[in-house]
Amino acid sequence: MLSRTADHLYWMSRYVERAENLARLLDAHYRMSLLPHAADTLRDSLRETMRALSIEEAYRARHEAIEPTAVFWFVALDRDHDHSILSCLRAARENARAVRGALTSELWETLNSTWLEVRALAARGPADVDVGQFVEWVKERSHLTRGVSIGTMLRDEAFYFSRIGTFLERADGTARILTAHQGDLEPGAHAGVVPDPFEWSVLLRALSAFEIYRRVYRGTITPLNVADLLILRADMPRSLLRCCKEIYQNLRSVTNEQSAETERRAGEMHGVLYFSRMEDLMIRGLPRFLAQFTGRVRDLGERIASDFLVPPTQG
Amino acid sequence: MRLTPYDEMHAADGSVRANYRRYGEWLARQPAERLAQKRAEADALFHRVGITFAVYGQEEGAERLIPFDIVPRVLPRTDWQRLQDGLTQRVRALNAFIHDVYHEQNILAAGVVPATDVLCNSQYRPEMQGVDVPGGIYAHIAGIDIVRDEAGEFRVLEDNLRVPSGVSYMLENRKMMMRLFPELFSAHRIAPVDHYPEVLLVNLRSVAPTGVSDPTVVLLTAGAHNSAYFEHAFLAQQMGIELVEGQDLFVRDETVYMRTTRGPRRIDVIYRRIDDDFLDPLAFRPDSLLGVPGLLTACRAGRVTVANAVGTGIADDKSIYPYVPEMIRFYLGESPIIDNVPTWTLRNPEHLAHVLAHLPDLVVKEVHGAGGYGMLIGPAATRVEIEAFRARIVANPERYIAQPTLALSTCPTFAARGLAPRHIDLRPFVLSGRDVTIVPGGLTRVALREGSLVVNSSQGGGTKDTWVLEGEC
Repeated sequence: MLSRTADHLYWMSRYVERAENLARLLDAHYRMSLLPHAADTLRDSLRETMRALSIEEAYRARHEAIEPTAVFWFVALDRDHDHSILSCLRAARENARAVRGALTSELWETLNSTWLEVRALAARGPADVDVGQFVEWVKERSHLTRGVSIGTMLRDEAFYFSRIGTFLERADGTARILTAHQGDLEPGAHAGVVPDPFEWSVLLRALSAFEIYRRVYRGTITPLNVADLLILRADMPRSLLRCCKEIYQNLRSVTNEQSAETERRAGEMHGVLYFSRMEDLMIRGLPRFLAQFTGRVRDLGERIASDFLVPPTQG
Repeated sequence: MRLTPYDEMHAADGSVRANYRRYGEWLARQPAERLAQKRAEADALFHRVGITFAVYGQEEGAERLIPFDIVPRVLPRTDWQRLQDGLTQRVRALNAFIHDVYHEQNILAAGVVPATDVLCNSQYRPEMQGVDVPGGIYAHIAGIDIVRDEAGEFRVLEDNLRVPSGVSYMLENRKMMMRLFPELFSAHRIAPVDHYPEVLLVNLRSVAPTGVSDPTVVLLTAGAHNSAYFEHAFLAQQMGIELVEGQDLFVRDETVYMRTTRGPRRIDVIYRRIDDDFLDPLAFRPDSLLGVPGLLTACRAGRVTVANAVGTGIADDKSIYPYVPEMIRFYLGESPIIDNVPTWTLRNPEHLAHVLAHLPDLVVKEVHGAGGYGMLIGPAATRVEIEAFRARIVANPERYIAQPTLALSTCPTFAARGLAPRHIDLRPFVLSGRDVTIVPGGLTRVALREGSLVVNSSQGGGTKDTWVLEGEC
């Protein structure tokens, strides 16, 4: 397939996934804002989250204080903010439009209607958009897009590159959220005090892991188990291990003459997680691990781009 | 002196023509609310599917719908038969002409077409002189604009041979009508059109360079910001071929390759949707970022087929148009089945005198141009505009042709206050490969403004579904 086509498909999926990740984060904070809870905790959490997403500076440039309603709009529907959900959905649609011939009609129409609807929502303004409903809608559209692509696309390179985009973005998203909460996850961080259950619910809900946690571990929430679930469990769809597994498998399906090293690195990332124990990761330090992991995801993204998507001139 | 236009649906006595009888009965039974609701539904669907065209000069990403009218243009079988014969004949002659121009130039030697009109024309590409193209076909895809005059006769208004567009609307309009009004399709025998992409692909494959048994065909687009991008993407998808941009291709050893995720892959046929000028910065406009450096060389070496061929534009220039009926006689020894619109060539002093005396009634067109620029529509122009144009004609009469203002036929169309007659034309798409094939129908364009004769989508034109009836009516 054309390198440029693969590139657009990859970014199309990354942007849809990014929009969903943002929606989950918003959802978690929005729920928190409805509880009789210290306003400071909410603000702190929003600040940490914006920092992890690298958008705090952009927010500060336009708003003086961290104020939940302003943050929600900024992340959700601000058309002048390049990393808002609105901008992600526009970018996903623009990438799809550039290669609409390589998509099934159903997939294109799904992305196009998502864009038309979100554009209409953004035109209404903050007072007329219900954040709770909005994030539900974004998640639904993301589920629909993924479902349509799985249900209608031929299992060829177009599909594999789009999957690589999804899981690379998801790995990055999960790692960022974990980074925002790494303090809570350190063993002994709360010195025997049961950490704030609301904090935990933000983290777990942001990764669609709240119900899964209850199901898998049954007992109370402990830092070790939370980290284990989100990092090392292969059956948890948003865990780092799961994402690495998907990236590796999909990369192997598109292998070419120059991609051996990229595949090796992806395999190594998967292998390291696969053979790790949570206790060992904790001893070596979670922040160090997460920083290293985020760096590897970035490196993999760059290598995929130069091996497949925008190869150096072959002339 | 304006004559009454031909009404496609009603005869002069007001009765409904046979080809519209069933539709007319159906229409009379439809409550106004149902039709209004169907029109809204059509709009929503076109938006969702993204059947839009990009608008130049507006905010980035501006996309507009071409208005779609739900009243179809219905052609009886006999009309279509005549159109099909006439169009096939015409496109055969045009291809023979282009081949001749780039080889022996017999028609110039015979004095049938003035040599200066060809050799001094910017659309003539000396680079193609003596180059053999597969099957001698240059215009693989031709969009011939047909109008019906006051007497009900079909006439050719224009031959679009470079990168004719609009066929996606022919296909999407049909899909839309079947979705909105399935009952109409069981009540009529309407010739299908949806096999067009398949026929197109077969034709493109049939003109691959010699020795290539399983050719790789691609569609070359200028990109997502081109006004016809939707159509490019649509056709590539329907044919199952890659939609490429210039940056995706490169030429090595006179062979064209595309950059794929598995390395370079050879290309055999390029269905290009960008003009000659932008095709190859080494041969034509050096500032073009849309093209592929070296493409012309590969094409001249016979290593790749470009459709339509480089240099085809010579036959769609307005200065050549008046001679097409003569070409048909010259190459085929037949008389034209569909005539031109009467045309005065102003290099001829008698024609010039006549035209200058009747400017307010005529349409004057500049020859080396396309798409309504450099054009005077006498009846719609002010005195000042007419006088300014007169001066330009007198200065360079050979640069203009003139035609009577045609009363294009009308078809009932939804307007603000219900159904009203609006002027229409028809663009059938003629495909040439091993044979000449025409999918029955074409794109009917309609001038939505009352009294307007301009059907272009950029100037308030809309489209209709075009039906060719297979039964008697």
